[in-house]
Amino acid sequence: MSRWSLTPISLITVIMLVMGGLPARAIDPIELEQPVLQERYRDLTHELRCMQCQNQSIADSPVGLAGDLRREVRELLLAGKTDAEIRDHMRERYGDFILFRPQFSTRNAWLWLTPLLLLLIGTVAALRVIRRRVALVPADQSMADETHGNSGTSGRNAS
Amino acid sequence: MTRFLLPAGAFALLVTVLFVGVQRAPEKTVIPSALIGKPAPVFTLPVLGSDQQFAADSMRGRWYIINVWGTWCAECRNEHETLLEIAGSRVLPVIGLNWKDDDKAALEWLDQLGNPYDVVAVDREGRVAIDWGVYGAPETFLVDASGTVVYRHVGPLNPEIWSRKFLDRLPQSAGGGGS
Repeated sequence: MSRWSLTPISLITVIMLVMGGLPARAIDPIELEQPVLQERYRDLTHELRCMQCQNQSIADSPVGLAGDLRREVRELLLAGKTDAEIRDHMRERYGDFILFRPQFSTRNAWLWLTPLLLLLIGTVAALRVIRRRVALVPADQSMADETHGNSGTSGRNAS
Repeated sequence: MTRFLLPAGAFALLVTVLFVGVQRAPEKTVIPSALIGKPAPVFTLPVLGSDQQFAADSMRGRWYIINVWGTWCAECRNEHETLLEIAGSRVLPVIGLNWKDDDKAALEWLDQLGNPYDVVAVDREGRVAIDWGVYGAPETFLVDASGTVVYRHVGPLNPEIWSRKFLDRLPQSAGGGGS
């Protein structure tokens, strides 16, 4: 065996180094001509859920429907729609579920507000406990003082 | 005793919430349609096997179902028998939306298995399916006489689903069991 023989580990390392240097190939090879639109296209397709695979965005999914939705986003961008309009367009058809970052609405208000409510309840409970503890310290102190003062009668060393 | 009442109550509430959540989990895997109670998407598409066009507007004034299918979809074959029964019962028109499919394959499929559809609209590029919020075939929508989407079923139909989820939603005048 020579010093430079390829162990499996070093082979994997070499492959990873080489592959890591290459730009990641996206599922979607299409690029829009205007860089600004391309950037918005990339951002939008990353925040829309692929409804068939559910934990991938439409930018990451190879399934046919994701491709159709990317086409839809492209066409809406080229038609001059804003990001908000495009999100609404998708939400009207597929519901809140298509958005990875759902917007606040009356239907999902409780979902957004429950954590805040729980945090509030927790804070109030914690404050009450802390206050009670703080109140106990002077009580302890006065008790200790009392015992100290009467040390002669009790026959106990309270210091 | 009373100092344990609050934590115990909170714990009981948590158990109840989680229990109900787990009980309802199976129905949560189906994503509800955003179109329920909204007007059905307007579209005009070529009719399968003809050079005519089908306009969804022409269905105004009647209850109908629109069934999204494709020959590439295995579950569509499983519901085909039910679709034939539905068509045979003549309760309401059955519109097919042939989704991202090949015309020739679709015609062969209907030739071999029987044609339950009053008309099949061809959505080769899948644009109309997006307007309907379709995310997987088969899907079946129930649309009322005013053109409002009443119900959507995801997955293959069977006689039980047809009677419980569709017929029960139809008014008597449209041939349904419901009121």
